[in-house]
Amino acid sequence: MQGFLLRRAGQALATIIGVVTLIFFVQRLTGDPTYLLVPETATKADVDALRHVMGFDRPLLIQYLDFLADLARFDLGQSVVQRVPVMTIIASRLPYTLMLAAGALLVACGIGVPVGILLAIFRDKPVAKLAAGFVLAAQSMPTFWSGILMILVFSVLLGWLPPSSTGDLSHLVMPSFALGLLSMATFARITRSALLDELSKDYARTARSRGVRTGRLLVRHIARNASIPLITVAALEISNLLAGAVIVETVFAWPGIGQVTVQAILARDFMIVQGVVLMGAFVTVALNLVSDLLYSLVDPRIVLDGGR
Amino acid sequence: MSAVAASPARRKRQLWRWWPLAIVAAVALAAILAPWLAPYDPNAQNLAGRLKPPGTVSRSFHYWLGSDELGRDLLSRIIHGARVSLIVAFASVILSGTVGTTLGMIAGYRRGWIEVAVMRVVDVFLSIPAVLLAIITVAVLGPSLVNVVLVLALTRWPRYARVAYSQTLSIATMPYVRLAALMGAGAPRVLFRHLLPNIIGAVSVVATLEFGLMVLFEAGLSFLGLGVQPPTASWGAMLSTGRNYVATAWWVATLPGLCLFVLVLAVNLTGDAVRDRLDPRFR
Repeated sequence: MQGFLLRRAGQALATIIGVVTLIFFVQRLTGDPTYLLVPETATKADVDALRHVMGFDRPLLIQYLDFLADLARFDLGQSVVQRVPVMTIIASRLPYTLMLAAGALLVACGIGVPVGILLAIFRDKPVAKLAAGFVLAAQSMPTFWSGILMILVFSVLLGWLPPSSTGDLSHLVMPSFALGLLSMATFARITRSALLDELSKDYARTARSRGVRTGRLLVRHIARNASIPLITVAALEISNLLAGAVIVETVFAWPGIGQVTVQAILARDFMIVQGVVLMGAFVTVALNLVSDLLYSLVDPRIVLDGGR
Repeated sequence: MSAVAASPARRKRQLWRWWPLAIVAAVALAAILAPWLAPYDPNAQNLAGRLKPPGTVSRSFHYWLGSDELGRDLLSRIIHGARVSLIVAFASVILSGTVGTTLGMIAGYRRGWIEVAVMRVVDVFLSIPAVLLAIITVAVLGPSLVNVVLVLALTRWPRYARVAYSQTLSIATMPYVRLAALMGAGAPRVLFRHLLPNIIGAVSVVATLEFGLMVLFEAGLSFLGLGVQPPTASWGAMLSTGRNYVATAWWVATLPGLCLFVLVLAVNLTGDAVRDRLDPRFR
């Protein structure tokens, strides 16, 4: 088990270093990153001065090692516009994005898993076809459009829910649905295929032939086996939700990390954009690691087999 | 079961599955013929006819689908917006598909250090949420039509590389491939003459599913102001400005969004049909 943990942690670290390297090079795609950090009105003297302050005139290798060292100290640099550490800005907005992601995950699982069960159990019945249409529609719906439609119907026409910003829980309802619908489709599809897979196995057929009812079969026999692919999807979907929050937060003026990112892009505050992207990548790698560990809890065979 | 052996009834059913392709074709046709189909210049302003509801006549304009905040004809802008969506989606799918498939095939055929290098890079790319990678790259390069295509290609090629890699691994060990290599065929010939025809099906399935996603990505980037720049009509950008008038002029945001939804739905349905046709596991 320890070897498995160490190997997985080592892989995650290698991926993180790869991600940091990639971002470092993306930053230098146009040659000189100084121009990303100055306002459009800056004079040549301003640019030269900043280039020296930021150390962009040093050899590339030194810059790269410096970049790595800063990140190892959790230093994401300073916002050029606000003159505040990027870490402070992200920390102040993170709770809102986490709240939104949690709400969206609740919507995605709460609707997606039951719909997936419906799809698997009533395979070719009309109700399953209806559910399949619903899933496909949700999958094709741009979040920014469903968000605007929800505001139009539930805020403007019906006046049931507040259209934007934060406050009590009612402010969270529409953003959560807008963000969660896309993941809902993924959860439904994975639940369906996992259930169909398990239902066709010998143990499930044996249980059925012994007269076990469908509900009991699902809960007692199949749930644990079918949950393995769901765990992977949940881990991947959380990072998708964090990325999707950029758009949903813009639609609903939700003061999370996504909103900060978009404002930073418009204000040409590159350090914030870079900080958010790095954080998103770290979270994704961490979630993948956690999902690997959860696997081994749900299915001990994965570790015993050497855990690939 | 092959399509040749299918019964007439089954064949008819299979043919029916392709109706969404007609929608995609119609949008593509509208995009190609936009200058002739659109009733007005998509950028022609009429400040007296700002935010008029569908069916309004103002000065020389007849707004079938209403007008936007500068009095521009929404129908004309929607027709021209289809161009941006389709150009970006086609170009980025072809670019990322070509790069990804080639790298994946080389990794799977050559093995060794190339395999390790390519697949590690693929892992790194896939561990950054694509939207965020796209955002930071556009932030560096600056927004434009060409840059959006480049950015989408940069973020999406690993998807194809993974599929091409795993398919190549299983096919490269087959006797006919070995024989071709033994008979003196060079790597490019083996890859493109013998391997590619066998993996192109699986890659096409990924490509059609990616196409819908690319339409959404382009609209998302334009929505955030990182896509095609104004005044060029793009569905995502139209939604973005329409959002400000949702309480007073619902049509400005709703109608471009509806087009986007219908197009992506049709592409996804087509993708399902392609998968059923080409992926043996689903036959």
